[in-house]
Amino acid sequence: MLTFMASDSDEEVCNERTSLMSAESPTPRSCQEGRQGLEDGENTAQWKTTFSFSFLISKSLPYITSSSCGAGTPWSSRCGFPQRSQDSEEDCEEDPDHYDCSAVPGRPPGLEEELTLKYGAKHVIMLFVPVTLCMIVVVATIKSVRFYTEKNGQLIYTPFTEDTPSVGQRLLNSVLNTLIMISVIVVMTIFLVVLYKYRCYKFIHGWLIMSSLMLLFLFTYIYLGEVLKTYNVAMDYPTLFLTVWNFGAVGMVCIHWKGPLVLQQAYLIMISALMALVFIKYLPEWSAWVILGAISVYDLVAVLCPKGPLRMLVETAQERNEPIFPALIYSSAMVWTVGMAKLDPSSQGALQLPYDPEMEEDSYDSFGEPSYPEVFEPHLPGYPGEELEEEEERGVKLGLGDFIFYSVLVGKAAATGSGDWNTTLACFVAILIGLCLTLLLLAVFKKALPALPISITFGLIFYFSTDNLVRPFMDTLASHQLYI
Amino acid sequence: MSHGPTPRPAPSSDGAGRFSGPYRAPRLASAVAMTAAVFFGCTFIAFGPALALYVFTIAIEPLRVIFLIAGAFFWLVSLLLSSLLWFIASHITENKDGPTQKYVLIFGVLVSVIIQEMFRFAYYRLLKKASEGLKSINPDESAPSMRLLAYVSGLGFGIMSGVFSFVNTLSDSLGPGIVGIHGDSPQFFLNSAFMTLVIILLHVFWGIIFFDACEKKKWYILLLVLLTHLLVSTQTFLSPHYGINLVSAYVIMVFMGIWAFFVAGGSCRSLKFCLLCQDKDFLLYHQRSR
Repeated sequence: MLTFMASDSDEEVCNERTSLMSAESPTPRSCQEGRQGLEDGENTAQWKTTFSFSFLISKSLPYITSSSCGAGTPWSSRCGFPQRSQDSEEDCEEDPDHYDCSAVPGRPPGLEEELTLKYGAKHVIMLFVPVTLCMIVVVATIKSVRFYTEKNGQLIYTPFTEDTPSVGQRLLNSVLNTLIMISVIVVMTIFLVVLYKYRCYKFIHGWLIMSSLMLLFLFTYIYLGEVLKTYNVAMDYPTLFLTVWNFGAVGMVCIHWKGPLVLQQAYLIMISALMALVFIKYLPEWSAWVILGAISVYDLVAVLCPKGPLRMLVETAQERNEPIFPALIYSSAMVWTVGMAKLDPSSQGALQLPYDPEMEEDSYDSFGEPSYPEVFEPHLPGYPGEELEEEEERGVKLGLGDFIFYSVLVGKAAATGSGDWNTTLACFVAILIGLCLTLLLLAVFKKALPALPISITFGLIFYFSTDNLVRPFMDTLASHQLYI
Repeated sequence: MSHGPTPRPAPSSDGAGRFSGPYRAPRLASAVAMTAAVFFGCTFIAFGPALALYVFTIAIEPLRVIFLIAGAFFWLVSLLLSSLLWFIASHITENKDGPTQKYVLIFGVLVSVIIQEMFRFAYYRLLKKASEGLKSINPDESAPSMRLLAYVSGLGFGIMSGVFSFVNTLSDSLGPGIVGIHGDSPQFFLNSAFMTLVIILLHVFWGIIFFDACEKKKWYILLLVLLTHLLVSTQTFLSPHYGINLVSAYVIMVFMGIWAFFVAGGSCRSLKFCLLCQDKDFLLYHQRSR
């Protein structure tokens, strides 16, 4: 759930928890550990982890907001509310995001609520699918590629080792690691909020680009290398270069500029998975669990408290009526501009809307009304000098940090100890139910909410109880071939 | 996939041809190798129908998916509770030897079945409240009917139950090894797969019957569902004698299926028309002509 990060220095970790921020560029990490021996491994591990952490933080925006959560939020005040006509219900089957939008900001609140709940289930599924995909990628990698379960150094943010003789010492070290990690995150979040408040958009934007660059090229290269090693597939350097270059370049374009929504979503899922894998590798066991717990508490505080950094960030963005960076948040909806919208001068520059209406062919059918003439009928009278507004489809946005931490939890459950599948599945179901409850609360409260606390709490409870209670029971049953 | 040493059932990976006595040689000759074929075969046997049901009936509607996952969650919580009770019981009786652990296990199984049915009832209450809530907010939009929710919840329970029982065994079946070297049945995986399938289908039928009984307030039916569930579970104690175990479970499943069909509003005529691919208009016409 966190923030932005991208900087050239070692310690650039920007914690910004906001699901509204665009993708941050991860700080560069060099991930060459394990290739040059252990002492080198330590150094590069440190280096890498610094970067990966900052990237993580930048990518982790733990909060969910509904993009059209009501008349209160400024940027959604220009959103259309979806309104399905009765006869078009049947046609809409194949296109779930098919809405007949009419820009009516002054809709009565009761109808709005009904629409919210009516479309709520669809949005829940629109978030279930990417979260599930990210977890599947992480679990599949953990179970097959040994590299991500090998211990090879630790992040510099978790300096205390867990190879201590006594349990108390180990617990103390993990708590200290957590404290350091959380304080780094807090500092970075505040730094990011300050940057945003003072409109240092170029800095933020550059940072984001640097971090995405690192993630898309370096981490992908390492991941690909490890996967090829695991399956003993030879690949020559020119092919490798071509593959990584294409993957990375298309990723940069999709995330930071324009691209098909599905491709952008796929890239965001992939980078979240890569980030989560790095965390799973570099966080020591007990520290990982304590950090997960502490980060959900921090998330709750940062998003809900009036002076919380993320809340301030969201409010600032709302005041300035700026669109959200698409690259730091997974968006389940499509955003497009119709024709030539007059953008707010303050929102120029880095905060551009990434999508073209030409890309979103699916949604064209949804406009039956003449209020969106430019796309379909350029000669429609009645709107000669009208400022065209952006139409944003109802959707839910989830910060990449949420993806990352959910995947860290499930990945750790898959990686540690017994390699039991039941534990992994239990954590998976628990996280999905937590997400469902969070989205229900979102529909009720209609403001940005932290996505981590409920899911991570359920996940942690189910992890520990399944690992210690259910696993022996099911193993005993299975060994006697009993069924309950 | 490497796992730590855990007490997994029978298959032994002693591929070096460990010599067992001559009285065991016939069984050794029928030992079955575990391969990807066994893995995929058993996966599809156990989860194929459930996957088909999911794809054709649940995946089309987002609300149903959510109710399915919530049902799976309820089953998981019931399992958690029963594991806790078993854990406590087994720790209390830890130092006593002999068949005590087996009795504790039997106790665990019975308690688990009872708690599962209790959680099915709890899920019914939750769904009832949610249904009423959805109706009050959206009077013109049709909320899912209780019968549909019964089916979805039964499937959720079934899928979670099947997955938890079988997935560890499945992942072992991929690995190197030969089943039945030490004299155990070589049909271990196949038997487990069929048992998992029957459990999943039984949960679906039990869900439908249970919810209908709750709607009509026929509490004795709840008891019947509980008793059949206990019957199926306790039959698995006859574990090495697969024949009786499986066959009776399938017979019970067929009965439950027929009962659920009639409870859900089916009738012989509608079944005939469905099988003969005759549509509703014909049915209405046929009724009119009487």
